[in-house]
Amino acid sequence: MYFSASSAPARRTLAAFVAASLGLTLATAFSSAYAVPTPDVLPATQHASVQDESIRPFAPVHVPQVAIDDLRRRIAATQWPEKETVADSSQGVQLETMQKLARYWATDYDWRKAEGALNALPQFVTTIDGVDIHFIHVRSKNPNALPLIINHGWPGSVLEQVKLIGPLTDPVAYGGKADDSFDVVIPSMPGYGFSGKPTTTGWGPEHMARAWAELMRRLGYQHYVAQGGDWGAFVVDQMGLQAPPGLLGIHTNMPATVPADIDEALRIGAPAPAGMSADEKRAYGQLAQTFKQVDYARLMGSRPQTLYGIDDSPVGLAAWLLDHNDANAQPAAAVAAALNRSASATGELTRDEVLDNITLYWLTNTGVSASRLYWEYKGGFFNAKGVKVPVAVSVFPGEQYQAPRSWTEKAYPHLIYYHQAEKGGHFAAWEQPTIFAQELRAAFRSLR
Amino acid sequence: MSQDTPQSSSRRHFVSAAAAALAAGSLSRLAFADTSPAIGRITEPANGDKSAIRPFRVEVPEAQLVDMRRRIKATRWPDRETVPDESQGIQLAMIQTLAQYWSTGYDWRKCEARLNSYPQFITEIDGLDIHFLHIRSKHENAMPLIVTHGWPGSIIEQFKIIDPLVNPTAYGAPASDAFHLVIPSLPGYGFSARPTTTGWGPERTARAWVTLMKRLGYERFASQGGDLGGIVTNIMAKQAPPELIGIHVNFPAAVPAEILKSLAAGDPIPQGLSDEEKHAYDQLSANFKKKRGYAVEMGTRPQTLYGLADSPVALASWLLDHGDGYGQPAAALSAAVLGHPVNGHSAGALTRDDILDDITLYWITNTGVSASRFYWESHANFFLAADVNVPAAVSAFPGENYQAPKSWTEKAYHNLMYFNKPETGGHFAAWEEPIIFANEVRAGLRPLRA
Repeated sequence: MYFSASSAPARRTLAAFVAASLGLTLATAFSSAYAVPTPDVLPATQHASVQDESIRPFAPVHVPQVAIDDLRRRIAATQWPEKETVADSSQGVQLETMQKLARYWATDYDWRKAEGALNALPQFVTTIDGVDIHFIHVRSKNPNALPLIINHGWPGSVLEQVKLIGPLTDPVAYGGKADDSFDVVIPSMPGYGFSGKPTTTGWGPEHMARAWAELMRRLGYQHYVAQGGDWGAFVVDQMGLQAPPGLLGIHTNMPATVPADIDEALRIGAPAPAGMSADEKRAYGQLAQTFKQVDYARLMGSRPQTLYGIDDSPVGLAAWLLDHNDANAQPAAAVAAALNRSASATGELTRDEVLDNITLYWLTNTGVSASRLYWEYKGGFFNAKGVKVPVAVSVFPGEQYQAPRSWTEKAYPHLIYYHQAEKGGHFAAWEQPTIFAQELRAAFRSLR
Repeated sequence: MSQDTPQSSSRRHFVSAAAAALAAGSLSRLAFADTSPAIGRITEPANGDKSAIRPFRVEVPEAQLVDMRRRIKATRWPDRETVPDESQGIQLAMIQTLAQYWSTGYDWRKCEARLNSYPQFITEIDGLDIHFLHIRSKHENAMPLIVTHGWPGSIIEQFKIIDPLVNPTAYGAPASDAFHLVIPSLPGYGFSARPTTTGWGPERTARAWVTLMKRLGYERFASQGGDLGGIVTNIMAKQAPPELIGIHVNFPAAVPAEILKSLAAGDPIPQGLSDEEKHAYDQLSANFKKKRGYAVEMGTRPQTLYGLADSPVALASWLLDHGDGYGQPAAALSAAVLGHPVNGHSAGALTRDDILDDITLYWITNTGVSASRFYWESHANFFLAADVNVPAAVSAFPGENYQAPKSWTEKAYHNLMYFNKPETGGHFAAWEEPIIFANEVRAGLRPLRA
């Protein structure tokens, strides 16, 4: 068993890995190839029961070499489409970008480094509502640390948040104050990374929000805060709406602030309504642009199962995950820049980090299961949702839209913090971990 | 009508299907060059004139078929959908059943033989090699007709209507209903070349078709199309070249602007619509909300669909997930794949092999992305009332994405010479109901025969 939880292993997770490792044998074992690869790798008695609330250690990840070899073989064997007929990214992720990335991915890229970094972190599994939830849990040495659950988004994973762990749990080592310490819980959303893949419907952000409250309860945290961007922002908004007893407040870096009339104008594609401030006009323009760049979301929202190519083709997966916009471009300018950055002294996003995340999706075979989250969500996107708990908002300049303070104050009537950060985009924690950590410290200070 | 007699030797025609890198393992394969395996043979004229009508035969190397089967068998599958129906997309069981047959029992060579049984040609128009079938009727006064396929189709959609239209007397129709048929592959589709520059949308394609017909010596002709072929045909009619005597479409663009506006806004049914119009509104509303995700994605980000070039199963499921009025995937497609009626609708004449022929054609020509790009190049709304003055015939099949009411159709096609609602048939009407379809084309265009 290359990895397992010590008492009751995450069955679905193992299955995903076995599926990945089967890649090479499928061709010769055709009949078995068409079964959903969920071999019963463990005695049934070891599976967690529905009532089991135990927190089980998640044993070190060690992806079988055969799965990595298969990935490289598939990348090398990619059948490519022709080059785009334009000189820019207006038709999608450009061929040259993909070929350059694929060449590196299939040769010099080293998954074992990411694996090693993950394994250096305390990881656990617990079963909530029948789905194994994988999470990183790092306690601060400071006994007065504020417990914080951080929720990643799509096309991200817990790897987006790894660089925050040091600055948040041990602020002194990063030039902060001990008073700003956090205990950090970073779960993988159901269907993502090492969490189980739901086999039934119902795991939208509302359900995740309840699950995270349950997770924090199981960890013994009576009071805690929650943070999220992208889908994580949806989840923390839902937590704010549900207002479970222990939740002191939330921080979001993708705030949902759009007033109902503005949201309606955007929906029907109307020009910017009259009487808006300069900030509001800018936000309106950014939102109108973003709504033109989210057809991937529309597709995953309606037909996630049809995306067989993102589970069967590494390059198909990589291109799909890369094509998320930010305020500056699609693919996100920050991610495109990272593809040309082999190292960063300041923690800025690098090519390896982008590939770590993509490779995690590949090895866990979660392209489609992750997409299904869009199908599960029926609500609005950036519209104000009526969250009444204390809310802190960081507005990053490269986010899909920069939420104006005016909208934010109305959307979150109990606004405890609002700040426009100097740098960072849609993947702010990944792009600018130092700035992001500073935002969280400042944001939650008043709740301590 | 002239077809330059080729004088010269033949050469391998490099339809630039990109690197079908065979079973790899060696990283030296990472050259990522376009290795362009030959998938057909073109007979070039002595003078090297690309605009000559150059005979073409399909010859797919066995190695490519072996590689395709290997890839299908090596498919890495996602988990099963979390619903008991097709509401999340192509169901795993369906695509696995199809993949199993595709990689074992399915025989591309039958399709290749059928393709090669028709006179096929390539000619360069406006800088792009266009592939087409050209089947002349034995009847002297046959009407020249260019028939344009759609997405996710190809010239294979039209196989079954060829004989009924060219040879009507064998099907109980008079000789006076005969057609000379020209069936081109859209730019970026099948054996037509893949554009390397922008601009090959429906407008340019429509102009190219006129050039093609004139090059074939047809000074007066009619045009037919469904799906994208309907769009090309509508646009050709709006361009109204003097050679075009009339059109027949089975995917009419008939929706009034104000109706389209409320559809786009997701509004409830507007006041004052007839029952037929309400029905159409409901169909369009469902279509816009749930069924057009693939089209909008191809319309904005075709290049991102790398999986279509790299994974046969990805390509197959993407191509299958086109809806009709009865379901998504289209009831006829599902019924053909599954071998039983779906939502109470049969596949008609459509078979599993027909569908795999079409999908395999996309695979071997590596045109998943280039075909998608046609959506990126299409800027006109596919449903907006066409505003066509050329004489038009419209068949509104009951299983089409929306069944155009006559009231709307009359306003969109100002010279409507024929309107009919056939008994059966869906979005892929020529493929599903070729006899009914041929009858529609004959009846629809009959008023143009003086």
